[in-house]
Amino acid sequence: MSDLRKKTFVITRFDPDKDEVPKTQTYQIPVRPDWKVLDALNFIKDEVDGTLSHRWSCRMAVCGSCGMTVNGEPKLTCKTALSDYGDTVAVGPLSNFPVIRDLVVELEGFMEKFKAVKPWILRAKEKAPEEGVYRQSPEQLEAFKQFSMCINCMLCYAACPVVGNEPDYLGPAAIALGHRYNLDSRDEGDAERNQVFREEGGVYSCSYANECSEVCPKNVDPAAAINQAKFLAVVDWAKSFVSSPPRRK
Amino acid sequence: MVEVVRHDIVIVGGGGAGIRAAIAAVEADPKVTVALVSKVYPMRSHTVSAEGGAAAVVPGSDDSLDKHAYDTIKGSDFLADQNVVDYFVEQAPLELTRLEHWGCPWSRNEDGSVATRPFGGMQIPRTWYAADKVGFHMLHTLFQHCMRFDRIVRYDEHFVTKLLVDGGAVKGVAALDMREGTTRVVLGRAVILATGGAGKCFPFTTNGTIKTGDGMALAYRAGVGLKDMEFVQYHPTGLPGTGILITEASRGEGGYVINSEGERFLVTRDYGVGQKAELGPRDMISRAIMQEISAGRGIKGPYGEYVQLDLRHLGEAKIMKRLPFVRELSMTYAGVDPVHQPIPIRPVVHYMMGGVDTDVTGATDLPGLYAAGECASVSLNGANRLGSNSLTECLVFGARAAVEALKYARGASDGNEGALRRQGDEEMGRIDALRGRKKGGEKIAQVRREMNLAMERGCGVYREQATMQQTGVELAQLKGRYADLALEDTSKVFNTEILTALELGNMLDVAETIAVTAMARQESRGAHACSDYPKRNDQKFLYHSVAFFTPAGPRLEKKPVTITRFQPEERKY
Repeated sequence: MSDLRKKTFVITRFDPDKDEVPKTQTYQIPVRPDWKVLDALNFIKDEVDGTLSHRWSCRMAVCGSCGMTVNGEPKLTCKTALSDYGDTVAVGPLSNFPVIRDLVVELEGFMEKFKAVKPWILRAKEKAPEEGVYRQSPEQLEAFKQFSMCINCMLCYAACPVVGNEPDYLGPAAIALGHRYNLDSRDEGDAERNQVFREEGGVYSCSYANECSEVCPKNVDPAAAINQAKFLAVVDWAKSFVSSPPRRK
Repeated sequence: MVEVVRHDIVIVGGGGAGIRAAIAAVEADPKVTVALVSKVYPMRSHTVSAEGGAAAVVPGSDDSLDKHAYDTIKGSDFLADQNVVDYFVEQAPLELTRLEHWGCPWSRNEDGSVATRPFGGMQIPRTWYAADKVGFHMLHTLFQHCMRFDRIVRYDEHFVTKLLVDGGAVKGVAALDMREGTTRVVLGRAVILATGGAGKCFPFTTNGTIKTGDGMALAYRAGVGLKDMEFVQYHPTGLPGTGILITEASRGEGGYVINSEGERFLVTRDYGVGQKAELGPRDMISRAIMQEISAGRGIKGPYGEYVQLDLRHLGEAKIMKRLPFVRELSMTYAGVDPVHQPIPIRPVVHYMMGGVDTDVTGATDLPGLYAAGECASVSLNGANRLGSNSLTECLVFGARAAVEALKYARGASDGNEGALRRQGDEEMGRIDALRGRKKGGEKIAQVRREMNLAMERGCGVYREQATMQQTGVELAQLKGRYADLALEDTSKVFNTEILTALELGNMLDVAETIAVTAMARQESRGAHACSDYPKRNDQKFLYHSVAFFTPAGPRLEKKPVTITRFQPEERKY
């Protein structure tokens, strides 16, 4: 690999068995011009230091495993070209999450928030499969499609200024997901989810920073979802004081 | 001492088949609890990477179950079990409808019905799709839906290292909890394996790094046969270098495959695909591409020779509507925009037709052990799977395995908990001894690389007896060297080095069954194209091969193919 350029990687290391606080470790390795950040981490793991721990799987930006902080910004490392950076690249775990080890962060808190928004179709009466599919027009699909594209990579939580200060905040991805179901013509669960949205740590904790949408590698635009959800949750609340037919999607 | 937890059913693997099985089990019985044990958080499972679609006859269309069955059987080169295919095509529409009810964002026709697209080897468009991220949407729909059931208890980032057997029946698993670095025993009266494929045995694959044949190896070591392992599907269109999948839906939507001269060789030359051209089955198109490259009509690149997939004539609007992910992948990982440039592609290891030998119910020969999805070989796909049958397969047979496992579990004993715990303690001892072990000087990455290259040489798109034999010898040597791995990481918490070492052990076992069964099949059928024996030979080889573990290497048996309505005929399109 003598023809390849060398780059220096400054990687945040933390092993709870050995370390009180995180430290950094520097590796200089040859890189191919078409490599992503993840390729460099895998090279270090395979050839230089078998103790480095990081998560990854699909290496095609759809499984959502490999979110990390690259030169200070949350990035999906399998989608982030090394050529976008200079000779030194710093890789650390995602911010706003407890670190389990090295580049591996704790997801349990997120999984609870995820479940809290009831991300499944809620209906008073469910159809049997023998009765066929629900009709849904391309326009009705379009209404929620974008918000169904989240790969749960957590970059938006790492970028969100509120998540850092208010750990119980549902956060961008979970709200976008709940909102996705609220917008789905097959669903009737918006009252239940809006209640969750109105609770403390719900949609009104959002400070409109828009960071979530800027870092999203899948253009889900969670900030738009949160803004819409804020509006609908308050409309829903107001409606509870007057009797009117349920909103049609 | 190991921690022991107990559930009624234990499912290993949280992808399409595993989650479907978990939901089916808790829906079938309001009392049972299910352990869903997965080495990753379920939404990371490799189902997520499937792109093109899921096949099922659309009720009320001019399609029929018979046509879907015939296409599948012909696609399998007549090695599918026809009773299995019949069950599959009958359940397929119900399963995809169920997924629709659970919120899957299937693409739609103007009238609100679900849209379908053409796919390779299918005579009618019956592939349901959600743009070109079908596996992603299917997995997320299943995962989100399964959260409503508190009786599905997840053990995320738990890597199963052993099936626990007592009194001749499976009673649970031993799993390495990645976060704690300790072994946990998860007991259940039936176990369903749903761990997916083993593409990472090969150097160039569409598969994610987690696809290491774990469930296959677990069953194999417990004495269960692996069936039809020689049949490895090469997908015709992977990006050179990374192996990233460019979906068959690209061709379903009208894409062309062209050589260095810009010629649509699937149209202009006779590769057996006839009028189907780019929509021929995967095995035939992969062979056609390799022949074009051999004939000097490939294009040289930094990662070997390739041909091209041309979508330019589809136009930007259609590409953005139907194939947006293909565009994103091409731009990010190949540096080309398919709206303006053809995409470089070459055949890439994609799918294992073989796997844990099960019958139509998902049962193996070991009481209490079931398998579904890619890790199983229920004999739906025979010697070559048709694109878009596998996502549906995960649903149909995941659900079936769960119902059957539940039936079995009702009459089965809990097993001797003391004995099972002791097995768990032993397993923890084995893992502890491996962690940071300084023995020998072999590196994980080096042994893995040599295994990968041996598999590529011996078990490629075209195979030869001599190189297959050599691959077999090399694999046996690599297994010896595996015993001398040196590990550096002595820490318990999230030790991914020990995980990769254990995965490599699984892959070596699985790889050996592929090489040995391939060598024994002296004919060409489906994805197994043997240059020394270029014809199919029904007289001698119309059987399933089943490989059993012995310390000296796989022992092979034959199993008859179930043929009911469709007699084997020449496979020509």
